[in-house]
Amino acid sequence: MSRIPKFVISVLALFATIVISFVPVAQAAKPVKIGFGMALTGGLALAGRAAVLAMKIWRDDVNKRGGLLGRKVELVYYDDKTKPAEVPAIYAKLIDVDKVDFVVSGYGTNLIVPAIPTVADRKMVFMTLFGLAANSKLKYRYYFQIMPAGPKPMTDWSNGYFEIAAKQKPKPKTIAFLAADAEFARNAVAGARQNAKKYGFKIVYDKTYPPKTADFTSTLRAIKAANADLVYIASYPPGSVGVTKAAKEIGLKPKLFGGTMVGLQYAAFLKNLGPMLNGMVNYDFWVPESTLDFPGIEEFLKKYQARAPKEKLDPLGHYLPPFAYSYVQILGQAIEATKSFDQKTVGEYIRTHEFTTVVGKVKFAPNGEWATTRMLMVQYQNIVGHDVKQFFGPGKRVVLYPKSVRSGNIIYPFPGFK
Amino acid sequence: MFTFELLANVLVAGILLGGFYAAISLGLSLSFGLLDIVNIAHPAFIIFGSYMAYLLNTTWGVDPVLAGLLFAGPFYFLGVTVYRIYYESFEKTGAESLRGLVFFFGIFFLIEVIFIITFGVDYRLVRAPYIGESFHVGVVGIAGRLFVPFLVGVAMTVALYLFLSKTFFGKAVMGVAQDSLAVRLMGADPTRLKTIAFGIGIATTSVAGALLIIIGPVEPSIGRDYIGRVFAITVLGGMGSIAGTFVAALILGVAESLTSAFFGPSWSLAVSFGILLLVLAVRPAGLFGR
Repeated sequence: MSRIPKFVISVLALFATIVISFVPVAQAAKPVKIGFGMALTGGLALAGRAAVLAMKIWRDDVNKRGGLLGRKVELVYYDDKTKPAEVPAIYAKLIDVDKVDFVVSGYGTNLIVPAIPTVADRKMVFMTLFGLAANSKLKYRYYFQIMPAGPKPMTDWSNGYFEIAAKQKPKPKTIAFLAADAEFARNAVAGARQNAKKYGFKIVYDKTYPPKTADFTSTLRAIKAANADLVYIASYPPGSVGVTKAAKEIGLKPKLFGGTMVGLQYAAFLKNLGPMLNGMVNYDFWVPESTLDFPGIEEFLKKYQARAPKEKLDPLGHYLPPFAYSYVQILGQAIEATKSFDQKTVGEYIRTHEFTTVVGKVKFAPNGEWATTRMLMVQYQNIVGHDVKQFFGPGKRVVLYPKSVRSGNIIYPFPGFK
Repeated sequence: MFTFELLANVLVAGILLGGFYAAISLGLSLSFGLLDIVNIAHPAFIIFGSYMAYLLNTTWGVDPVLAGLLFAGPFYFLGVTVYRIYYESFEKTGAESLRGLVFFFGIFFLIEVIFIITFGVDYRLVRAPYIGESFHVGVVGIAGRLFVPFLVGVAMTVALYLFLSKTFFGKAVMGVAQDSLAVRLMGADPTRLKTIAFGIGIATTSVAGALLIIIGPVEPSIGRDYIGRVFAITVLGGMGSIAGTFVAALILGVAESLTSAFFGPSWSLAVSFGILLLVLAVRPAGLFGR
């Protein structure tokens, strides 16, 4: 009788030893969950899905190296349907139900802003993807935005366009603005108006258009009648195409044409519009010019471009995916550098350190934007025909601004649509 | 800023846009206006047509309008099938009002999801020699991208008008719209007539979709942008009036164009719907409604 309890005790002791010895291993094996809402359907789905692919590539890269501090990375995400109203509930679920370790944002200003109160309330680090001045009112300490707009995003966004225009001789005098009636485009033009004043351009036309506009011919006729030297458009993809085609059809020929035309960075539009784009000056974030050849970008794009056709995404992947990769890359680098998953520790580290990413060196200003602007102004040049292959390499979107990454000279005045 | 040259150009642009609006609304005028079927999925069928035109254009270089015409036949049979399901499930049991609306909402989202899965969410565009080109008549510039949809819109309107007013079958369809019981008493089958008429309505969306993708880029959910417009045009023109639909489309096109040029494009939709409200206040049955 007395031997049985001893045996049981021995077995229990052995079992306890095994369990205790395995506890750290079990903890180490628990994945690091990174949660986010993303536009997988709705108006921003094209960009949202491309962002998810880029983040998956980062996850696979990190996990291949053994994960973050020995823990594999797991992405937990939900479709925000491009609806801001869906966002707060998604982030509450991610944090309270899914118990994610970190959250990052979905794509775009309208879907970032509704998440900030929930994330700020839990004092979590919030890496965000392409928000234009989204933290300007809430001023959350651990908000970090990856788009290279700069510390004064409203005006830094379009500064390049105006600096380029102001340098031309004779200096152009007048400008026309046309913006989509939506928050992002309105913000872009609000900053552009300030720049117009700063650089001494007289505004002769300033209107907004409903995003559902079917045709722009009459609007462009009115702009032509205003006879502005510069035409600055802030449009979403369908508008960018409609405006470009209508401008060509009516023979609009200002001295500089472009601005913030979303969509003209995507293969579908580059291919369709082709030579029509030559001479236009538009914003961009990354283009395949030698001045923007950062470590890791080529390797990343190879992986992205191999997978994009299967997932029916933009085959180029120049516009958003490198930045979607970078914003989680920064989070990962901060976790590894601090050897911590503590929000405050990681957040303070991101606030004070510079990061090397596939989109170059990134350091954040106190307001969570890039410390120095690197908003590109590119000019479409030498586009021949409609073969999409030409856009994979350099020479088609020449960087005019900023000077640090300039890759060519401007063709001025705008030669007119061909 | 006002010049007569600008006015002439803007008026012509509005008329051309109106022709396009007529083309995308005619099918709804048949199904909703004549047959009293609240086909909320009409714009989704148009997007379906756009994608078919896109496929033929990018694969074999077929002109989008020709592609739209080629697919009109299959679209007719698609319309016939949809109506038969609608009839058996809802109309026959007298449950067509609310549940029928839900049925068409379901079709709308189904088509959208199928295209998201099949083609992804990327924008699709077509190429044709007249897209991006223009010609001049005096001081007026005419864009091929708008002129071709206008011509097709006029042709579709004339064809449908003649069909409904001059052919025996067309008159029978009009009879169903006016008094279904009387048609039945005459020995005709209203269900069969409605099936064929609904099929023709869906066949028009094949061509309308081709015109839409000529005007601008298309993605699976863009049909939502057109729900308000097509219903507004159908109601403004007068329920079931093909000529009324065309005139209403021209009015909205010209109003949108004039407002965009002289008051700013942000007012254009407000003015269009303001006209709709005004007309309905004076003529509740619409411009050509009885």
